[in-house]
Amino acid sequence: MRTGSHMPTKRTLAAEPPIEIRPVDRAEIEQVVQSVVATLRGGMTAAEFSLYQELEGLSRLIRHAKAEIAALRPHEIQDKHLPSATDELDAIVGSTEQATHIILDSVEKIEGATGTLSGEAKDQIASAITNIYEACNFQDITGQRIGKVVRTLKEIEAKVAGLVQAFGDDAGAADISAADAANEPLDGDKALLNGPQLPGAGNTQADIDALFGSD
Amino acid sequence: MAVEMSMPILIVDDYKTMLRIVRNLLNQLGFNNVEEATDGSTALQKLREKNFGLVISDWNMEPMTGLQLLKEVRADMKLKSTPFIMVTAESKTENVVAAKEAGVNNYIVKPFNAATLKQKISSVIGDF
Repeated sequence: MRTGSHMPTKRTLAAEPPIEIRPVDRAEIEQVVQSVVATLRGGMTAAEFSLYQELEGLSRLIRHAKAEIAALRPHEIQDKHLPSATDELDAIVGSTEQATHIILDSVEKIEGATGTLSGEAKDQIASAITNIYEACNFQDITGQRIGKVVRTLKEIEAKVAGLVQAFGDDAGAADISAADAANEPLDGDKALLNGPQLPGAGNTQADIDALFGSD
Repeated sequence: MAVEMSMPILIVDDYKTMLRIVRNLLNQLGFNNVEEATDGSTALQKLREKNFGLVISDWNMEPMTGLQLLKEVRADMKLKSTPFIMVTAESKTENVVAAKEAGVNNYIVKPFNAATLKQKISSVIGDF
């Protein structure tokens, strides 16, 4: 049997105010803590006084953290220092790559010219040319190493942006999720892309040959 | 069986300087039919269009890595027996094991020299 008087109707549901759920930022937390502290002053029990002290300590900690972060000038790190560092590193990769191509251009010309030579002189030049080609491997390795440093700097940049957003009052567009995304663990084949390893951290060619059971 | 020096070799690397170095070293070793691809997808397309006697590939490339290329080659009935050497700066054991499990014939860690390149090619396709 329906007891209409006890059942909520559309009309009564609509009349109740909706509960608003929204994210709370640090400033609001601080404000709430301060207002709680303010209401606790006067006529407190020992337990309330202890809670009051805890809350006041928390409020002081937040203020102190904000001051410390402001002193670090996170906007300057985010807007100036980190982009400048990545630009410098990109420039290093670009200029060494350009220089490597000039070296290779020159060596290829020398190699072409040795076609008219014969005997020991030709062998010596060919050997020296091989050494130069081998040495030019450095460009690939340094490029990959610098790429790793640039990726690390970009992760730091994302974390600084998150910090600015969390504590700063004018950080605006900073994105905490970018820092979280940069930190997500890789899986599958991507998890294997960590090279080049630092000396001693990876396998030597001899170690790899041993894994293949060959020389 | 003697190795034919005019055998087509495909070198794959997204870094053009490295392609140039490997090509020059192969030319010095006597191989004169070297083709290049700057990514895995292009390499796969070339492999399906022409018979190559050897693939020498970098690992760290985008969007298709050298390991993915190797897996595609081994999964293709027509290409699956193509000799494949990985040349990479990835020198951790898990990388070598992953490449080996995927069917790589040999593995050269960067930076490498001409003697190592020659030795690994010999071990895969025979002495030359």
